Amino acid sequence: MVADSPILEAKGVNKSFGPVHVLHDVDFRVYPGTVTSLIGDNGAGKTTLIKCITGIYPPDTGEFFFDGNRVHISGPKDVAAFGIEVVYQDLALCENLDIVQNLFLGRERLKYGLLDEPSMEQAARDTLASLSVRTVKSVRQKVSSLSGGQRQTVAIAKAVLWNSRVVLLDEPTAALGVAQTKQVLDLVRRLADQGLGVVLISHNMNDVIQVSDRVCAMYLGRVAADVPITREARREFLVELITSGHSGDVGLATSSDSTEAI
Amino acid sequence: MTTTLPTPAASDGPNEALSDFALDGASKSFGSAFGDMKSRLRNGELGSLPAVLAIIVLVTIFGLSSDTFLTALNFANFLEQAAAVIVIAMAVTFVLLLGEIDLAAGYTAGVAAAVLALRLQADWPLPLAILMSALVAMALGLWTGALVAKLGIPSFVVTLANFLVFQGILLILVKSGGSIRIENDIVKGIVGSSISPGLSWVIGILGIVGFGALQFRQAERTGVPLSMVAVKTGAAAVLILVVVSVLNRNRAFANAVAEQRGMPYVIPLVLVIVLILSFVLNRTRYGRHLMAVGGNQEAARRAGINVVRIRLSAFMFCGLLAGIGGSFLASRVNSVDPNTGGNDTLLLAVGAAVIGGTSLFGGQGRMVNAILGGLVLALIPNGLTLVGKREPFGWELDLGSSGVKFICAGLALMLAASVDALSRKRTS
Repeated sequence: MVADSPILEAKGVNKSFGPVHVLHDVDFRVYPGTVTSLIGDNGAGKTTLIKCITGIYPPDTGEFFFDGNRVHISGPKDVAAFGIEVVYQDLALCENLDIVQNLFLGRERLKYGLLDEPSMEQAARDTLASLSVRTVKSVRQKVSSLSGGQRQTVAIAKAVLWNSRVVLLDEPTAALGVAQTKQVLDLVRRLADQGLGVVLISHNMNDVIQVSDRVCAMYLGRVAADVPITREARREFLVELITSGHSGDVGLATSSDSTEAI
Repeated sequence: MTTTLPTPAASDGPNEALSDFALDGASKSFGSAFGDMKSRLRNGELGSLPAVLAIIVLVTIFGLSSDTFLTALNFANFLEQAAAVIVIAMAVTFVLLLGEIDLAAGYTAGVAAAVLALRLQADWPLPLAILMSALVAMALGLWTGALVAKLGIPSFVVTLANFLVFQGILLILVKSGGSIRIENDIVKGIVGSSISPGLSWVIGILGIVGFGALQFRQAERTGVPLSMVAVKTGAAAVLILVVVSVLNRNRAFANAVAEQRGMPYVIPLVLVIVLILSFVLNRTRYGRHLMAVGGNQEAARRAGINVVRIRLSAFMFCGLLAGIGGSFLASRVNSVDPNTGGNDTLLLAVGAAVIGGTSLFGGQGRMVNAILGGLVLALIPNGLTLVGKREPFGWELDLGSSGVKFICAGLALMLAASVDALSRKRTS
């Protein structure tokens, strides 16, 4: 299922905040039809990397490629134009509005200068159906009446409604119960099956093993490993990568030279 | 679509039992539509129900305890009293929807009324005088909006300061102790004159047809059954017919020279305003963005909505509507004085919006709420005045005194704010 050429690639990204060198020559790739999990301890540089990719932080050095072409990212708008969408942990939904209104917020469809509700409602239903989301009673339900998992689903649907090609999900299951986590992970998997490049940032190793095709583990600002994984991967393998930067013959050669980042 | 995951049957939570957009498209039975209403109420979405109940209760109590309360004269008088507060309440609704407040809306109305009266006194043609008054009101709103949206000062503080500033402007315009008379017949007639009985019937029937059409349109979209539409439209029709027939009765005093019949002009005016504003809020992109900013400012910003512009414009529209309310205030007494828009005007307006079901926390509310809440708050002083002196437990109490009226209106507002806070607790 893994395609040969990445849809999004970051090469040699360095980023410092004052004297603190947060990212060291980081390479990161997202393949279409693939779930890539970005894992690492707190402070390993996951968030900084994502913010560099999405144009929120300008990197000190580094090149970005989209569809194999070198691109210049100067702000979040450029990134959105490529079809890269981010679902942040706080979801950014308006609870007082319904699902349709949230999905089309800021990009409402108009007819004769007025809101074209029937068309937006249909498109919302189609999008949710294409994601096999079957847990909402009505697309006219207010977000305030939805469960945490349903809200996450709406936030993800909002990101893919615009024919986006890469979706970055920041801890999508962090606040969810067992059944809801499963719903969201199923959805993550389906996004990839539809050909999107999916990046999952997660602290939950079970989630990572369940849905990922690749794992990119960061350790003290460096990429410790960027490897394909299977459903049979051991949890301990990932935990070791996160906590010590290497596991068996995978990972950074030694961890002693990385301490400068602290 | 295949997944690579082993998929045991998902165990959905109880509130997710209905799935697959089961409730979309399918037309519902009368019972299930009624059930929807009940479950919305249970979830704390009371909307305007408390206001409707309050109107029924108040009318019953006052009707039973006063002979004059349920007369045509008092009915028309009561609607004329309510009109200005209702329009200023709609003004405040604009900023309440954003979770902001405008404490200076009352004096914005006063200043706008003074400008209108002064321009008319200077023999400006009426349209120009109205335009000038509207521009001044919008400018005052923009000034408030700029301080709130651009500088980020809390609207409570900005409008508290403007409460004084605008009061000062009004005092300077009117000159303390004086008042500006309004001689223009059209402005005097907004609240003072009535439409002919024949035309009143036409307007009433147009109202019924319009209401029915709106309900039907909405029902088509949301799957509410036609029986529900028929019940609602029927109820509205009865209400409107009763209102028009009462207003069309002669309400002049017994020894008056001329008869006084028909619907006061201010009623269709208020209805047109509420229709336009509801249309803007529900059917335009601007209205949608306004609700979004009120619901979650950060989400709105990330969706590419210009939050500053929305906030600025909301305060500007608030100013404009307050100005229109000001002309109603002036029309009622045919003059503008330093207290026009002062006293309890602002508090009644905010109270009307909140009693009608508009949230103080932003994002929740409708323009119609202002009408319902405004009627409740106008009923209280009107009814109390007519009930007058009573002797509960041998203790003489004048229910018509300002003290009692203030206390009752204040308690009503407090009750509405409690309902708002509680329902918010319940939904989150």
